[in-house]
Amino acid sequence: MIYEVFRQERKGQPFQHAGSVEAADERFAEAYAREQYGRRGESVALWVVERGSIMRIDEFVDELNRNYHRVDGYPLKEKLKEARARAAARDR
Amino acid sequence: MRELLLEIADDELILGWRDSEWTGIAPFLEEDVAFSSIAQNEVGHARALYELAARDVGTTADELAFDREPSEYRCSRLVELRLPEWERTIARHVLYEQADAERLERLKASDDPEIAGLAAKIDREEIYHRLHAEMWHERLKEEPRYVEALEELRPLVGERNGHSPELEQLWEEMTVVRRSQPAGTTW
Repeated sequence: MIYEVFRQERKGQPFQHAGSVEAADERFAEAYAREQYGRRGESVALWVVERGSIMRIDEFVDELNRNYHRVDGYPLKEKLKEARARAAARDR
Repeated sequence: MRELLLEIADDELILGWRDSEWTGIAPFLEEDVAFSSIAQNEVGHARALYELAARDVGTTADELAFDREPSEYRCSRLVELRLPEWERTIARHVLYEQADAERLERLKASDDPEIAGLAAKIDREEIYHRLHAEMWHERLKEEPRYVEALEELRPLVGERNGHSPELEQLWEEMTVVRRSQPAGTTW
């Protein structure tokens, strides 16, 4: 079975995916996860979860193309650039 | 106490060497990494123990580890055997970790704070070796070949009178590089 391993680098930080281990059961998964992701002091905690227990969602329907729902629907980059140019012109 | 230190150091060095023979050829990759790491830990423990043993007698850890005759090693018959079968290797691992745990407890109670401190440090790593040994034991305990190996090897755990010819062969390989250089060579 494949177990996915998430590790936390320092207390308070979010757990991030580190990789996976292949193991016969949870005990072996624990041992191998410790070995591969915890032994060098690189983690303060690990989450080890069997791959089948993870719910995967990867389709996000947007039939009507309502781009105002998305962060890229309102491009700020150009507006910021213009604002900076105005500010610079004023301060000159 | 020095005798006990050497006994443990020799056990850990020789067992580390034997366990490392599985590097690259363990039954599967995750286990290869785990078992190689255990082997490396054992050699690390040997190094620290040799350093303590060398401290009072004007020698060095390397001289203790590599420059003695095979007959002078105090390791048990259990650790010196070459065991190319996985179930026998695991049987040895399980037997060794049990005996080692008891011995470390005695060392942790030493009056010498350096010895007690080192024993505590080593024991913190051995916890994971014991977990590893136990999980394999649980997995294999119904397998006749594994049960047989346990019975075969059990009498050798504390057997320190004399060595098998396998120790001599191992010693030849282990020390060949050092012996190929004139005494006093610095590396």
